[in-house]
Amino acid sequence: MEAYQPPTERTRLAVAGARASVAATLGNQPRGDVIRNNLFAGLLLLSVLIALAGLVALLAQAFAEGASALGPNLITNPPSTIDTANAGFRPALIGSVMMIAFVILLIVPLGVGAAVYLEEYADRTRWWNRLIELNIQNLAAVPSIIYGILGLGFIVRGPLDLGFILIAGAITLALLVLPVVIIAGREAIRAVPPSIREGSLALGATRWQTTRRQVLPAAIPGVATGVILAISRALGETAPLLLVGATVFVTFDPTPLGDNGYSALPVQIFQYATRPQADFQTLAAAGIILMLVVLLAMNSVAIWLRNRYEQRW
Amino acid sequence: MEATSIGAGGGRQRPSLEAPSHRWGEKAIVGLLALCGVLSVLTTTAIVVSLIGPTISFFGEVSFKEFFSTGWFPTFEPPSFGVLDIVAGTINVALWGMVFAIPIGLGAAIYLSEYASRRVRRVVKPILEILAGIPTVAIGFFAASFLIPIVQDVWPGDFLGGAEKPFLAIAAGLGIGLMIVPIIASISEDAMTAVPSGLREGAYAMGATRAKVAVRVVFPAALSGIVASIVLATSRAVGETMIVVLAAGSSPDFTLNPVAAVQAITAFIATTATGDIAQGSVTYESVFAAGTVLFLMTLVMNVISIRLVRKYRQVYE
Repeated sequence: MEAYQPPTERTRLAVAGARASVAATLGNQPRGDVIRNNLFAGLLLLSVLIALAGLVALLAQAFAEGASALGPNLITNPPSTIDTANAGFRPALIGSVMMIAFVILLIVPLGVGAAVYLEEYADRTRWWNRLIELNIQNLAAVPSIIYGILGLGFIVRGPLDLGFILIAGAITLALLVLPVVIIAGREAIRAVPPSIREGSLALGATRWQTTRRQVLPAAIPGVATGVILAISRALGETAPLLLVGATVFVTFDPTPLGDNGYSALPVQIFQYATRPQADFQTLAAAGIILMLVVLLAMNSVAIWLRNRYEQRW
Repeated sequence: MEATSIGAGGGRQRPSLEAPSHRWGEKAIVGLLALCGVLSVLTTTAIVVSLIGPTISFFGEVSFKEFFSTGWFPTFEPPSFGVLDIVAGTINVALWGMVFAIPIGLGAAIYLSEYASRRVRRVVKPILEILAGIPTVAIGFFAASFLIPIVQDVWPGDFLGGAEKPFLAIAAGLGIGLMIVPIIASISEDAMTAVPSGLREGAYAMGATRAKVAVRVVFPAALSGIVASIVLATSRAVGETMIVVLAAGSSPDFTLNPVAAVQAITAFIATTATGDIAQGSVTYESVFAAGTVLFLMTLVMNVISIRLVRKYRQVYE
């Protein structure tokens, strides 16, 4: 019936035939190997799927439990143990926003300063510079609750003696996320090619002028990404805040220096989550959705920044 | 005489290569920047100082022998300070976390580095990053409200005492596992990607299948990075607080039973230091003693993993 076949189809068939015959002679791997190979690939895929399923289940669970409580009162109303239908996260949200503002004020100069020092000035053959490096890498992995102990023993009491105030919580969080900024900042600075520096130095600029006007502007997207990652870590961190005063069931708007208590979004979620009654569980889940939405927005900004301003040299 | 005239000819004032001014500003800036770097060392010092003081006075009242035994009831009358109870709680939870996370994380790493197409990788890696960015209080809530009921449903009857408790170590372990899978996957994948493709191609030329290349060539070559990722993940698991507080409970128990309610070191610190405990009391100091144990445990693991990561970077970069 088919009198004519298009030459392209014939070529395709010929190629397929040739490929099959080559595979038949050369690709003759033992059957056991082939089966084992496929089985192994299946297992690997399964492990990826399990990890993804965990994430999906986590999000689905939060939505299933918390969807009924979603609404503007989450943002506008204070928490309550009596009127759970209208309870919200207002003081906790304000506390989180204030703390994040102070955290940014602290980590941007300190983190960028340390990153610039380590990348542009530090002599790596000196033991004290290597000590600083090792120390920052270790600090990045110190458990967050230990920072809580540091906050309690050093900032709230002890040498700084600030008391259980919001600023103490902010300083604790800033110290906790500082390594993130330093490590990201160093990578961003390292990505600026040496030729830029050499060109600037050859024109007679001093080292700091070179750093300030050439290296840092080029490294800004990377640094900003690191800062946003650090902030999102600080926003979700609960454990250290429990030790430095963010514990009470705060129903009023907190102030930076007020010593009558403050709260943060994750702490308030934790407060609700520890109460077994269904109403509080719903509120905790709604708070988690709120927190994840904020985090997702911040991370999207980070990715956008990275893609928009990333320079290819 | 000739020589002197040449000397005189070259004797013109040479231009000085020294900077015309002292550049005090530049030096001040270097000092300021170095101070930012030193701040990190000061942070560690402050951590050690704030741990050590109360820990020393703690051991003034509690003997080492009592501390390194079982029975942790700091708020009871009379109190008992056998730290092994909460150390066991930490190990119990971290152990089940690692049992879950090591195969899943390594499987994902091998898949991403050796099997996945560029497109799949571009989708899966950001999703794993999202998982890494989920706050632990959310994972803790998930473990308590979703994983505990599931474990109770599938647990075979009275095996190991049955799972009918409000808190289960294995649920917290699974939550922690979910938290550390991205750590293991991403660091291991980095290490495997750093293995030169020449090694792979050599093995393929010998007729090896993908599975054999992955397991016998890439995996051993990336071993130090893989071990580093596991050690770092263990450190994270040991130091995690919110998941164990919400899902493992707060009853100290010297056991590795997955369906027991246990108290981890971090959970003890978080639940005890929040109350209005009197500063200077033994209970207050026991928080810092427990913190010292936790800090030392994680410090050892962190240093090992930092060393190992450096090693594989040196070999292949």
